[in-house]
Amino acid sequence: MKLICVMLGGFFGAVSRYGIGEWLQTDTGFPLGTFLINLAGCFSLGWFLTFITIRKYIKSEITLLIGTGFIGSFTTFSTFSLETILLFHAGQTFYAVLYILSSIIFGILLSYVGLKVAMFNRKKGESL
Amino acid sequence: MANFINKKRKPGHFPVGTWVINITGSFLLGIVYKLHLTNEISDVMWFFVGIGFCGAYTTFSTFGYETITLLQSNKKFLAWLYVMCSVIVSVVMAAIGFII
Repeated sequence: MKLICVMLGGFFGAVSRYGIGEWLQTDTGFPLGTFLINLAGCFSLGWFLTFITIRKYIKSEITLLIGTGFIGSFTTFSTFSLETILLFHAGQTFYAVLYILSSIIFGILLSYVGLKVAMFNRKKGESL
Repeated sequence: MANFINKKRKPGHFPVGTWVINITGSFLLGIVYKLHLTNEISDVMWFFVGIGFCGAYTTFSTFGYETITLLQSNKKFLAWLYVMCSVIVSVVMAAIGFII
């Protein structure tokens, strides 16, 4: 059952990633699709994992389906590495460095924002 | 898949699972992309192994979350090491995969 949840979430995650990646193409060569996908995933996972830690009654299958399966396979590190290499290879060193730095800085920052949003909502929920 | 394997590990430690997954996935994608460019594998194989498997096998969101977890447990050095090791080693591994 656990494996099925991961598979199902993974399937939709990978398909969404491909769809969004194809849709967000730029002329400059900057891999905007993967960039935005990774940032969106970082925010969602930061929020989601904090949210389920706060609400302990959520089934582990839901965590596996959405967190591990969907968001885990929605975001990707291998494409990020490959695209960086391709940018360096094409002589676009500026974009390559920009891609690395912005992905890491905003990725980590958005994970934190996601976590904080979940924490903030908990406080609000308690006061109601 | 990355955080499925990583589940068993305690927080506050270096996330070896995700790290290994991300660098091996990057290496594999480098190889597969090269094979795709030189037409040694079909488009179907590229979509299946490259976009499907490598893409889903590696993860960026867990990487971000683990870094935050390390920072929150005040393991600044480990967090810094994790980010640096992940990025540099993955990019180098993808390059090696692409070149060979």
